[in-house]
Amino acid sequence: MKARQAIVALLVTTAISSAAWSEELRIGIKTETSSIDPHWQTLIVNIQIDRHFFDHLIEVGDSMELKPGLATEWKAIDETTWEFKLREGVTWHDGSPFTADDVVFTFARTDQVPNAPAPFSQYTRGKTVKKIDDHTIHISTEGPYPLMATDVAQFAIISRKHGEGATTADYNSGKATIGTGPYKFVEYVPGDRIVMEANADYWGGKPAWDRVVFKPIPAGPARIAALKSGDVDLIDFVPPADINTLKEDPDVAVWQGPSNRPVFLHLDSNRDLSPSIMDNEGNPLWPNPTRDWRVRKAISKAISREAIVDKVMEGNAVIATQLLPEGFFGYNEEIEPEAYDPEGARQLLAEAGYPDGFQITLHGTHDRYINDKQVVEAVAQMVSQIGIKVSLKTHPVATYYTTANTRAFSFWLGSHSVATGEPSAQLNHLIHTTWPGTPYCCTPRGYSNPRVDDIIEAAMVTVDDAAREQLFKDAIAIAVKDVAFIPLHYQLNTWASNPSIKYTDRIDEMTLAQNASKQ
Amino acid sequence: MSVFIFRRLLQALVVIFAMTLIVFFGVMVIGNPADILIGQDCDGPCRAKVIRSLGLHLPVHEQYLVFLQNALKGELGVSFKAGIPAIHLILQRLPATLELAFCAMFIAVVVGIPLGMWAGLKPRSPSGRLIMGGSILGFSLPSFWVGIMLMMIFAVQLDWLPATGRGDTREVFGVAVSIVTLDGLSHLVLPALNLALFKLSLVIRLTRAGVREVLLQDYVRFAYAKGLTNRRVILVHVLKNILIPVVTVLGLELGNVIAFSVVTETVFAWPGTGKLLIDSIDVLDRPVVVAYLMITVFMFIFINLVVDIVYSLLDPRVGLAESRT
Repeated sequence: MKARQAIVALLVTTAISSAAWSEELRIGIKTETSSIDPHWQTLIVNIQIDRHFFDHLIEVGDSMELKPGLATEWKAIDETTWEFKLREGVTWHDGSPFTADDVVFTFARTDQVPNAPAPFSQYTRGKTVKKIDDHTIHISTEGPYPLMATDVAQFAIISRKHGEGATTADYNSGKATIGTGPYKFVEYVPGDRIVMEANADYWGGKPAWDRVVFKPIPAGPARIAALKSGDVDLIDFVPPADINTLKEDPDVAVWQGPSNRPVFLHLDSNRDLSPSIMDNEGNPLWPNPTRDWRVRKAISKAISREAIVDKVMEGNAVIATQLLPEGFFGYNEEIEPEAYDPEGARQLLAEAGYPDGFQITLHGTHDRYINDKQVVEAVAQMVSQIGIKVSLKTHPVATYYTTANTRAFSFWLGSHSVATGEPSAQLNHLIHTTWPGTPYCCTPRGYSNPRVDDIIEAAMVTVDDAAREQLFKDAIAIAVKDVAFIPLHYQLNTWASNPSIKYTDRIDEMTLAQNASKQ
Repeated sequence: MSVFIFRRLLQALVVIFAMTLIVFFGVMVIGNPADILIGQDCDGPCRAKVIRSLGLHLPVHEQYLVFLQNALKGELGVSFKAGIPAIHLILQRLPATLELAFCAMFIAVVVGIPLGMWAGLKPRSPSGRLIMGGSILGFSLPSFWVGIMLMMIFAVQLDWLPATGRGDTREVFGVAVSIVTLDGLSHLVLPALNLALFKLSLVIRLTRAGVREVLLQDYVRFAYAKGLTNRRVILVHVLKNILIPVVTVLGLELGNVIAFSVVTETVFAWPGTGKLLIDSIDVLDRPVVVAYLMITVFMFIFINLVVDIVYSLLDPRVGLAESRT
């Protein structure tokens, strides 16, 4: 064992100058990026890689707080215009200076990436960027737009010099991957590795690691084996079944923290007839019982969230009370968790006129969220206890959302991560009434309440932060009280590393070399 | 012989065409790629724009016609997920898979045939029984589990070999090969062994059965009666005659190993095509799935052709012209 290490060390030192290798961090990640092009797909796994090479105007911190990045300050100067001051003295990896021209160029480019499957233009559309001087820009919108800072924090700023005419392939090859970020591009071999080296001139100070290697290792047990054998120093998405064992292992350090991913159940409560709700004889049930607030409440009361968190998730989750976890903008601290109360649930069902229950099919995924299949199995069991006969169907995620979009489900598992740190996207996509052809069109949802719609729409044009947060809280309070959806739990994010490394957990699931340090 | 090869290639075209039809419509039956690719916050206009740019706004049969037109020009489409021509993605990954597949087959043949012959020659000896018992394990243990066990024993406990990935590669004739570097070779051992295990068991069983049968043939008795050495009888007369079924099965298995070594590649994070296929199916990346299966079909037909030719070399009684009937 020692001999082998000695030989390897010898080979390494003779092959390459040892100085370049002195502080290397190798990270085993579950899912690899689909492209190095930072404007290709709005996926966490893509953004976590591009954040090493590029900076954003506004950075998203560990708890998803917004903090200065390439912009040092920003403020609304009137109802429809925001002024951003850009950081001075920042250079691109090739030494050329960063200016307002690069920002103007970036805004245009987000909408011009051919075939991008999830373009970042959703964050730049409706915004006009004007260069005032080399380090000042104005961004204007047609009407009041409160989410300016949130939107601007989502995408990477690219160099105009290298980005003009560059294709997605040029970013994958590294030719155009010239950023301002803490690490420089070295190599990208799809399916095998992404290699980067420190940018010694980084404006935020020299990075902690001289060299960083990301290796995609999709199988959970293989990620753990790679960590324990020393192939990698840090892994993400530790399989939940192994977390408690690893916590006791002296050769492994586990880093855990809250995530921005709530898991909840939806009910198709906005139609008189719902496809998989039947009476006890198996005939379609009219009217749809979940239209009645008391039936929805009864289902929510029938679920023991403690049991799900303690038994199904083995303690690696937190009971959910609403759309987003504590600490986020818009979190309503007055909402209490729904208590497990099967007796009360049965009573509510009887009051609603269904003392003998009815039949309903619960749909869920079995490969998307942590232990999703076991979660829906537990829910089906618990809801059956109050007299509603639940049959269960689980699907691979490849077909699940397609089917959900056709409104084929009556009762289903869902999740919507708080990608921007505030609840506007969730409220628009899950709670607001569906309107085809508008921003309220596309995700499957079953709830409709004009009063909540009005509050959501008002919030979307309220620039004052405190007033907007109050509107969000109000909308969430009504939605929870009316059981617009049934919150279950918030997932926890878990990393594991060798004990010499400390990883500062991030709410947004990102695995960044910037968050790892020697300890 | 050239007529024979030409006919085979023509058949290949028909099969490939039928396959594209099935896969193309099959993917659309599973689900809509747009629902998986497009981000959760990409709504209304954003969504419509993406669907249009991917060509998914057309009815499926029109999409298929567009695909056929491009395929005739030699373009098999651009990956929805990566934005790279599907064929590039596949060719980029193919060397890794071929390397793994050939190493696995090499292990299966070099270890399997001698063990199988031993078990066939000494069926009642403890060593013969041990070999056969072992081959049952090789058949029945799930590849996923064996992979993890190999990793736990050789990488984690003993620390002899790395657990995952491909290791250093070097360019040989413009292709990245890892077998020529020490680091690359050490990364190759465990996945190749894992992939070889099933084939190895298969080869052992086929060889053993063949040896048992051939030993009873008259020409073997004659050979012994003629006073040939044991060594010559076994290595020339027996070995040559048991190879035909082994070659047939290995030919087909080689195709399988190249096309569908999904489990091993996933467990060991081996950057090959099997992993590419499963990833592409997960996100309904139709261009990659279609292009991949087209190549696979072609490869199977090609391997079968080679097997037929090897037959005729191994057994003079088999003529290629006969296959026409």
